[in-house]
Amino acid sequence: MIRTPLRPLARILDARSKGENPDAIERENIRIRHEQMRDRARQRAEGRLLVLGAFFVIAFCVIGLRMGLLATSEPMEPRVDVPGAQIHAARADIVDRHGRLLATNFETHALYAQPPQMIDPEHAAQELARIFPDLEADDLLEDFTGSRKFLWIKRKISPEQMQAVHEIGDPGLLFASRDMRLYPNGPLAAHVLGGAGYGKEGVTAAEVIGVAGVEKYFDDHLRDPANGATPLQLSLDLTVQAAAERVLYGGMRLMNAKGATSILMDVYTGEVVSVVSLPSFDPNKRPRPAVAGDPSDSPLFNRSVQGVYELGSTFKIFTVAQAMDLGLVNADTVIDTKGPLRWGKFRISDFRNYGNEMSVTKVIVKSSNIGTARLAQQIGVERQRAFLKKLGMLDATGFEIVEAAGGKPLLPKNWSELSAMTISYGHGLSTSPMHLAAGYAAIANGGFKVEPTILKQDAPQLGERVFSDASARAARNMLRKVVTEGTASFGEVKGYAVGGKTGTADKPKPRGGYYDEKVIATFASIFPIHDPRYVLIVTLDEPVDTTGDEPRRTAGWTAVPVAAEMIRRIAPLLGVRPTVEPTDMGDIKLTSN
Amino acid sequence: MMRTIFYILTTLSVIGLAFWAYRENYATQGALAETRELRREIRAAHERLSILRAEWAYLNRPDRLRDLANINFDRLGLLPLRPEQFGHIDQVAYPPSPLLEITDVIDVANLEGNQIGNRP
Repeated sequence: MIRTPLRPLARILDARSKGENPDAIERENIRIRHEQMRDRARQRAEGRLLVLGAFFVIAFCVIGLRMGLLATSEPMEPRVDVPGAQIHAARADIVDRHGRLLATNFETHALYAQPPQMIDPEHAAQELARIFPDLEADDLLEDFTGSRKFLWIKRKISPEQMQAVHEIGDPGLLFASRDMRLYPNGPLAAHVLGGAGYGKEGVTAAEVIGVAGVEKYFDDHLRDPANGATPLQLSLDLTVQAAAERVLYGGMRLMNAKGATSILMDVYTGEVVSVVSLPSFDPNKRPRPAVAGDPSDSPLFNRSVQGVYELGSTFKIFTVAQAMDLGLVNADTVIDTKGPLRWGKFRISDFRNYGNEMSVTKVIVKSSNIGTARLAQQIGVERQRAFLKKLGMLDATGFEIVEAAGGKPLLPKNWSELSAMTISYGHGLSTSPMHLAAGYAAIANGGFKVEPTILKQDAPQLGERVFSDASARAARNMLRKVVTEGTASFGEVKGYAVGGKTGTADKPKPRGGYYDEKVIATFASIFPIHDPRYVLIVTLDEPVDTTGDEPRRTAGWTAVPVAAEMIRRIAPLLGVRPTVEPTDMGDIKLTSN
Repeated sequence: MMRTIFYILTTLSVIGLAFWAYRENYATQGALAETRELRREIRAAHERLSILRAEWAYLNRPDRLRDLANINFDRLGLLPLRPEQFGHIDQVAYPPSPLLEITDVIDVANLEGNQIGNRP
């Protein structure tokens, strides 16, 4: 760049000679130079602004285009996510306490038709009727040629049937994939599992929803995709359940009963290891609920939780345990049992006359109604009611199947002293066998309430204390004596020291009053009595033993032998070793510091 | 001069980076396709596994095992477990201790016999 001097010599000399001020020339040159510098700076700044502006315009254009693209394109799932998230979207499995499958899903297909797309409806209808014998070709043809655009033909078809339908080759016959709930063990534990059906049905998939039992109780949990990979573990033991069902079924047939139920419960955790209700059904083909007649005649009726009956003398041990806990009596206190005991126009009498006085132990062993009624009079209405409330006898059990909430005990409308006396020996208060099992578990575990549960527990679940350990132990001694010298002599199982109490209650008529020849026979047992592990309740509905000269209906002749055989079969499966029962310790007293 | 070299290097690096990005794009798409394929296989394997598990449970259902035990009673002689079948640990004998090995055998029987025999 050529730099013009500020004071060019030629012009200075020229100006001097003319007498002008040469400084004016310098100032003029400085002014011109400054103007040039200013123009250059402005040009550069304008250029920079232009570049910056262009940059922003391009950036805005790119962002705008991207936003437009995102807004108009179809939403797409991220492809690189955790594998397996969709795989387990199906309903969770149900397994037993050792992880053996009780319920799982099975991929199957449903068959549907779109008549507008059919080519040869007549041929298709005939072929379908040949493949599925329960379908009528004429009905199908009517559907196919009518105005319908869509119809389901079969909800579940086997792979062979699917292939056969494929071979018809009609484009109007289509398949929808279905998840089917499968119970591989058939009717085993049917009342616990309940069953499942379809909810909303679509062509691509259908909702599987639980309709009864744990399937319904835990429906939300089982359907939650987050739980898909972790099965629901129940406290049931498949082997024990199978043995229990078989023995109980045999016992029910032998005793000519129309129904039976058994509950096997762990006394410390409240886990129900086996629960049977007969007659049973197959949850894979769940029958329709009965709309007429007595609901208890339906195989769907779960006797163990819905069968609310007066369970008779099995309740006596609670009265005695409470009386001992309150310090009113001990095992040897003598009670006046002179009969019949009159209360207003009501009479309480015993099965046989056992004499005018008996010890408390004898009252239980001989099952004296009068004796327990006298104890109930001493206990009083309020204390009895509070005790049974604490034991959970007055509310539905928390057993986790939907039917359990329906098994609400039937209480007397007016809990008078007479009610207290009848309740003391198990009449006037109707409970389910599940309540009874929880009550006996409290006696077995030393006086703690347990809540029956169908879920596997890792540790003892003892609730609040209902009565003292000493009264529980005394009650267990009495229960043992019932078997060794009382009404349940058939209950003796060598090596397992069974203790229990029988109960025979007349069945109530639907219109009031009681049947003479229809009873509910119950045996509530604890084994081994010196180190209680399990409670077994066996209840037979209308049993009658006809092997003797006259029909025998008492629990000692019906429920007890069945329960004994169950213990004989089940205890080894539970891993309970036969042990030698410790003998009476004579004068040695148990103490603790 | 320096400036020219700088421009050339920048251009070359941009071309290089573009090429790298192009290749990475295709590699990613390849990996995604492979993932899709693998997930399809995993899903099929899971379905198969669940069917096999269901079949295993079905074949091992207690009813069927009991019937099989009854049918094959002649060969297997299986009966339900009874309380009497529990053993006790002291019913099992200890393994017999090994006999002492006899080394350096010296035939003394004869000698003793002779001594006894020679006794007057």
